[in-house]
Amino acid sequence: MTLDDILASLFPKGHEIRNDKGVLLGSATLRRGDKMLVLGVADRTALGVDEAIRLSGHVLASIGRDSGPILVLVDSDSQRMSKRDELLGLNEFLAHLAKVLIHADMNGRPTIGLLYGHSAAGALLATGLATRVLIGLPGAHPAVMDLPSMAKVTKLSMEALEKKAKSTPVFAPGLSNLVQMGAVHMTWSNDASLADQLEVLLADMPAARDQRDTLGKARGGRLKAADIAERVRDLALQAR
Amino acid sequence: MEDLRFEHSVRTRAGGARQSAIVGVVASGNLEVLVERVLPDAECTIEIRTAAVGFGEVWTAVIGDFVERYSPGGLRFSINDGGARPDTVSLRLAQAVRLITENGQ
Amino acid sequence: MTTPLKDVTPAERARSTSFYEASARTRLELLLDAGSFVEFIGPEQREVSPHLKIFDLPEQFDDGLVVGHGRLDDAPVFVAAQEGRFMGGAFGEVHGAKLIGLLRAARQIASMPVLILFDTGGVRLQEANAGELAIAEIMRAVMEARSAGVKVVGLIGGRSGCYGGGGLIAGCCSALAVSEPGRIAVSGPEVIETNRGVEEFDSRDRALVWRTMGGKHRRLLGAADVFADDNVQDFREAALELLGLIGPFALDSLKAEQERLADRLSRYGACLDAVDIWTAQGIAHAETVPELPADQFITLANRIGRTSRDAR
Repeated sequence: MTLDDILASLFPKGHEIRNDKGVLLGSATLRRGDKMLVLGVADRTALGVDEAIRLSGHVLASIGRDSGPILVLVDSDSQRMSKRDELLGLNEFLAHLAKVLIHADMNGRPTIGLLYGHSAAGALLATGLATRVLIGLPGAHPAVMDLPSMAKVTKLSMEALEKKAKSTPVFAPGLSNLVQMGAVHMTWSNDASLADQLEVLLADMPAARDQRDTLGKARGGRLKAADIAERVRDLALQAR
Repeated sequence: MEDLRFEHSVRTRAGGARQSAIVGVVASGNLEVLVERVLPDAECTIEIRTAAVGFGEVWTAVIGDFVERYSPGGLRFSINDGGARPDTVSLRLAQAVRLITENGQ
Repeated sequence: MTTPLKDVTPAERARSTSFYEASARTRLELLLDAGSFVEFIGPEQREVSPHLKIFDLPEQFDDGLVVGHGRLDDAPVFVAAQEGRFMGGAFGEVHGAKLIGLLRAARQIASMPVLILFDTGGVRLQEANAGELAIAEIMRAVMEARSAGVKVVGLIGGRSGCYGGGGLIAGCCSALAVSEPGRIAVSGPEVIETNRGVEEFDSRDRALVWRTMGGKHRRLLGAADVFADDNVQDFREAALELLGLIGPFALDSLKAEQERLADRLSRYGACLDAVDIWTAQGIAHAETVPELPADQFITLANRIGRTSRDAR
């Protein structure tokens, strides 16, 4: 599905979302008539300082002015890999975007990520992975790390890596692996109306508490994370 | 990776009161040694997971020297090895014994 | 003859120990009040990564992260220290989960600060999906803890720097202290060079790496609040100073950060090199900044450099 198809299916009552050089900013009207703030990265654009500051500004400007949920659309490259972005402190800009999304989510503006294309590394952390619920669309192809880079670092052949990837979801790219890890909460269908699926989700949003580690355990993708975190938490509470 | 295990009978119990200690890190040419006071006084075990396959004889010699010299009775050593040279292994083992036999703690 | 160890005070030992060279455990031992550190899920529990064996790689008993509690000038603190020499200090499933558990406890208690001693290349490739997600969970947990009133301080001065998702977590902290060798960035020098070519970034040009990502630039830019000399005692004092300065976190902090970062872009967005930024900040002979000794640099930074106080 193209971005236009996705937006048309999500928001049959209309939207005002502009795509300016891969940065999506705007809002849309939900079925019930409520507004939804929309932002995102499109066209596999790299997320650098210039993009991130506009996205975080869009969310901050809506706080106190609007209400309702926030949608983050993601079809990005990785973070922009450049001297200029690092010189200016890209880590702060990406962290700031994530912080703004997390803060909004914790304060009555539930956030939903919609991963419909590519994303990777720092760009995914600052967008989709900073939302409460991350949805994958069929055909989305996130890659925390791509296999050729991994082959270079691990000094393993692509064939060897691909073989290993069949036995574990823990390192290889792909939407289904992120679902199994608990990073992507669910995958929607392209055949049904996205507006219907959004309505169902909004009517029954999970609590704001981060439950991705328990999801990952239940799905067999991360067998240790939830238990280790819980054990450390208990020990730390006793140590008080 | 290769797993090796050595069991030795030793003359005397290692001194001190600490229950466990750890030295070193797992990196290329380095290793970590975890030592725990969990065995009967006249026993010592050393378990090794090493990235350098096929050096069993070298380990046998290094461990033999170490046990003879320090008589680490009652101690269980667990080693994660990133391919350290024998002198580095000996140094880390000695550091681990020194740490667990320290007084206090 | 060297001085017998027992005559050296802990502060003297901490002063003479390079933070950069020390192991994670030594850093914690010397940073905290003597003998006060207690570890959670220590190495004897052998909670190793379940994934490294897939790649036939050696495990470390603490998976490269030491977490626990201790005291700093008698006040209780939670601490987490990454071991930058094990797998480059990278985040994996177990490594990350330990920090998540610590932050969740801190949020519940709400009054005990957390010190994070970063030393990381970012996501551990061999468990990239688990590591990436752990970083996302840590970022969320840091923000939830800060929202509950917890002070989260990052200390950056290790051999692996603070790269990748580690840089994003650092950006979520209440305040940061950094030393000259402590680099903070998202993409590492080699990653930029591999993806964009040597013309974009020459990873072998160490001077370029330091002045683009190193502690001095981060301090002058206002990304870090305190500059520490490369010894553990200086980091201890920096942590104490920051804990005394950190204010409450609220929406206003994020609005101020938006303004701070937008202002940075408009002032320095066209600069091609760190020296251009320092010059634009009003530093005379900016090209000499990399050679300045720590004390002179701190004087300069306090005069010129911005801080992120109340704007992060």
